[in-house]
Amino acid sequence: MSKDYKTMENILRLPHKFAAGETYTRFYAALKEEKLLATRCPACGKVLLPARSFCPHCRASELEWVEVEPKGQLVSWTWSDRPYFGAPAQGPVITALIRIDGTDGDFLHLLGGIETSDVAKVRSSLRRGMRLKAVWNADKQGRMLDIRYFEPVA
Amino acid sequence: MGNPVAIIGSGQTNHGRRFDVNYPDLVKEAIDRLFASTGIDPADVEGVVYGTMPSMMEGVALTHFYFAEVLGLVGKPLLKTETGGSTGISLAMTGYYWISSGMADLVLVVGSEKMNEGDSQATMTSILEPFYQRYFISGAPGIFSMQSQEWSVRFGIPAEKVREAATRLSIDHHDDAFDNPYAHIKQKLTEEDVNNARIITYPVRLWDVCPNSDGACAMLMASEKKAKQLGLPAAWVRGLGYAGEEYWFGDSDKVYWQCAIDAAKQAYKMAGITNPRKELDVAEVYNPFTFQELLYYECFGFCDFGQACDLTLKGVFSRNGELPCDPSGGTLCSNPIGATGLNRVAEAAMQVTNQAGAHQIPGARLALAHAMGGVDQYNGVMILGAERG
Repeated sequence: MSKDYKTMENILRLPHKFAAGETYTRFYAALKEEKLLATRCPACGKVLLPARSFCPHCRASELEWVEVEPKGQLVSWTWSDRPYFGAPAQGPVITALIRIDGTDGDFLHLLGGIETSDVAKVRSSLRRGMRLKAVWNADKQGRMLDIRYFEPVA
Repeated sequence: MGNPVAIIGSGQTNHGRRFDVNYPDLVKEAIDRLFASTGIDPADVEGVVYGTMPSMMEGVALTHFYFAEVLGLVGKPLLKTETGGSTGISLAMTGYYWISSGMADLVLVVGSEKMNEGDSQATMTSILEPFYQRYFISGAPGIFSMQSQEWSVRFGIPAEKVREAATRLSIDHHDDAFDNPYAHIKQKLTEEDVNNARIITYPVRLWDVCPNSDGACAMLMASEKKAKQLGLPAAWVRGLGYAGEEYWFGDSDKVYWQCAIDAAKQAYKMAGITNPRKELDVAEVYNPFTFQELLYYECFGFCDFGQACDLTLKGVFSRNGELPCDPSGGTLCSNPIGATGLNRVAEAAMQVTNQAGAHQIPGARLALAHAMGGVDQYNGVMILGAERG
């Protein structure tokens, strides 16, 4: 395999407009107003975040909208200082699972507001169950990254 | 219950960075090896099952059409199966259903991936919708790292002990790969090498992660009548299980990981296995990450929850242990994703027919093969035996 063989480059660019539908349209519009919306299933009582058009547990479709406070507890996290495709932020990134108060699932987002350059420091400043709150971006576009990250509550 | 199904041969490419061949010729290498080793005439194949990981990885949407000549498809029926990382085991299951239903006696099953030609990390993110989860999976390893962290915290296993057990698996598997002629990464490693390697997504470091491999695997599945007629060594499918979970990662518990637990339970029930650690002779567990392999031992009932690190450090799952896991080096050393699950099945079949060569587990009669697909979303398990059962 020491020989050099020809390669032929191809770049595929496929623009796509995803229809958000009624539920996500409302969910993302609320993010722009710094509000985090979930839906509650009237049948099983579970509070689902992000908001859903139907309950995945009992398939009910007439869900109630509820606003939840963008704060909760740290469930798990990971840290990477390697840039990856589609990374939502520059520099070291901490991705986390967060249990938002009053909801029945873990919310995937970023962690910030702490020293992130060194993983040993990150490890010592994070623990399961610690309280977190959302920090909003000044420029909001109605998308998940309108929340800049979640940071520890002092 | 359907009719009995046998695996009567397999062929693998030399997995690696294969810029020496174009994609169709890479797939042909595995298929040619299969027909050469079994002596079967490709014309006798009645149908073909084929699959890859996500189509975006290939740069061509319908590779099974592109590979019509290579797969010997002209004049034959085709089934495409695609379930992400578990594609390979889903391919074997598709072949099983086809033969077991009585609709065919001889089916060719092929999986492939050429990961080095494109941006594999970017195409893997395309498995997820672009407005929520895709941002947060760090390519792919981020999700598995969070799962591992949650597991160790939940059971109070010190991070240092998890690291020690993962390091042991990394050293052993990279060493095992030397005995597998098809393996991609063969490397002698020390504890220092593994523990000080650069972090990919904490706690996962370089030697805890599988490589990007180009490769293919081909397999022949046959009815009992056909297998007897051909007289080739047969590995019998004794059980299969496949289970899934919600799309949203945070909706399900990834520690008591229900789809992994259920896939194994279904397969054990069908195979009549009640004590997997005692009854299985070898397991090809899908291990793209050392940390995840530890969790699988627990989900598959090889040990209780929270025990995998201790038992790994005692050597229970090593080559000469009570239940050898991944004697081929596993996914950790070769991961052409669409072929990987099928490689696990092929390796398990080789073990129970005493054809695994230098990494043969002496006297193996009952083996487990496994693969996982999506963002921790699906798991598939297949049990193969030397006897029809």
